[in-house]
Amino acid sequence: MTIYETEQEIIDEFSLFGDDWEMKYEHLIDIGKSLPLIDPQYKTDDRLIKGCQSKVWLHSELKDGNLLFRADSDAIITKGIVGLMVRVLSGHTPAEIMGAKLEFIDQIGLKEHLSPTRANGLVSMIKQMKLDALAYSVKN
Amino acid sequence: MESQAIHTATLDLSKIREDFPILLRKVGGKTLVYLDNGATSQKPKPVIDALVHYYDFQNSNIHRGIHKLSQEITIAYEKARETVQKHLNAAKAEEIIFTKGTTDSICLIANSFSKTFIKPGDEILITEMEHHSNILPWQMYCEENGVSLVVVPVTPEGELNLQDVKSLLGPKTKLFAFTHVSNTLGTINPAKELIALAHAKNIPVLIDGAQAIPHMKVDVQDLDADFYCFSAHKTFGPTGVGILYGKEKWLNAMPPYQVGGGTIKTVSFKKTVYAEVPLKFEAGTPHIEGGIGLAVALDYMNAIGLDHIAAYEQELLAYATKKLSAIDGLRIIGTAKEKAAVLSFVIEGLHPMDIGTLLDQQGIAVRTGHHCTQPLMDYYGVPGTVRASFAFYNTFEEVDKLVDALYKAIKMLT
Repeated sequence: MTIYETEQEIIDEFSLFGDDWEMKYEHLIDIGKSLPLIDPQYKTDDRLIKGCQSKVWLHSELKDGNLLFRADSDAIITKGIVGLMVRVLSGHTPAEIMGAKLEFIDQIGLKEHLSPTRANGLVSMIKQMKLDALAYSVKN
Repeated sequence: MESQAIHTATLDLSKIREDFPILLRKVGGKTLVYLDNGATSQKPKPVIDALVHYYDFQNSNIHRGIHKLSQEITIAYEKARETVQKHLNAAKAEEIIFTKGTTDSICLIANSFSKTFIKPGDEILITEMEHHSNILPWQMYCEENGVSLVVVPVTPEGELNLQDVKSLLGPKTKLFAFTHVSNTLGTINPAKELIALAHAKNIPVLIDGAQAIPHMKVDVQDLDADFYCFSAHKTFGPTGVGILYGKEKWLNAMPPYQVGGGTIKTVSFKKTVYAEVPLKFEAGTPHIEGGIGLAVALDYMNAIGLDHIAAYEQELLAYATKKLSAIDGLRIIGTAKEKAAVLSFVIEGLHPMDIGTLLDQQGIAVRTGHHCTQPLMDYYGVPGTVRASFAFYNTFEEVDKLVDALYKAIKMLT
């Protein structure tokens, strides 16, 4: 599945909730709770992406030319959104990741979480994912 | 309804709320419940009208022109200064300096007073409950000038121990700077007693009054404060303008901080002679309409009555404290005996940001995070808190809405 196809799949999932904020956030909270996204050994300060309010940890490694991400957060809603990002980007080549537009966040009505004022580390996480992709593409 | 049964203070809430157009706004289909007054307060219609009137009818520069508009607006601006003077009961209008806000006022002292009166080897005393704005200017001055920054610890309740203060006010202390009301804990510090302790050792005192002025009467002469700062925008006035009150004897002895247009008597390339206070501290064209708007905001508060405001807010705080305390796992951060209407709390096992996000979805605006008091968060061992900060236009029903929304958020998150 391409990055774009996964984005479309998520947009379809969220379209079921319509304008119902409760269902949408319950879904995000469920994603956040159900995913043990990162091994505690990787939750170290050097992998910590500092947001103002919630912490996000990101770990990446290259396997067979594809970049694999694992991430986590101390806030459950942030973790749910982090889970969506990992689902969309993990397992793709660095070039694909660098080119990803990630418009699905806007389309599922969570754009406010990416505004600079949210200070939740998500914007920094996306930037770090792309920087990691860039770093691996230069190495190879 | 329980919320109405204990409501005895005399404020005409429905009339007051009509004066604040923004309170009618819908957020996510629900009427806004604005409980982030500690960050900034909303503005009553007379303040908004004064700003519009300024641009419709009055706009021109002050202290310069001989034309009609300039003269009119200079008089209006200086009248605003007198309104602030009366509000604080300062001895003279010259002791009121318009700044950009509390932060700017503190930076002015840190860069001007410090230069003249604080030398290498000296100490500046602050407290552990200060906003970053009352830490960083001193920390920077100390690091650059070989001065020590000494910190009064807080008690678990969020108070200052007067014995601690007494023992930390030492022979090397050249300034004691503390907050009147903690923006995170709500603690009202006993400013008059603290000042007396410092003055007994001839140490001048600066008070950060940003969170006090919106809630209570402050009399700088009764307090005997050397410096007192606040921001217009937290006290129902416009953003971008604030006040520094300073005793004339200090202001006269201090050098200008920022210099430029308006601060001088005569300028030549060899020698510049600066103006008297307050003008020597007001470089450049000021926030004219902001100063005028601030005066309108203070008039508005005085028309309601500062004592009425304080009494009503104390009832609101008591009600909110009781209702929130009944929530399982909720811990109030800051349980001082004397508090302004600020409630910080954490809920066991839940991240403050998740709670804030779900409250926002229900139309309730609170602040979450460290509230620019990271040392305080470290002390309490929390990543941040949820903070509901009230103003006189908030209602008991809004407290009920907050509590209902909290129960819903907790249910969703657990």
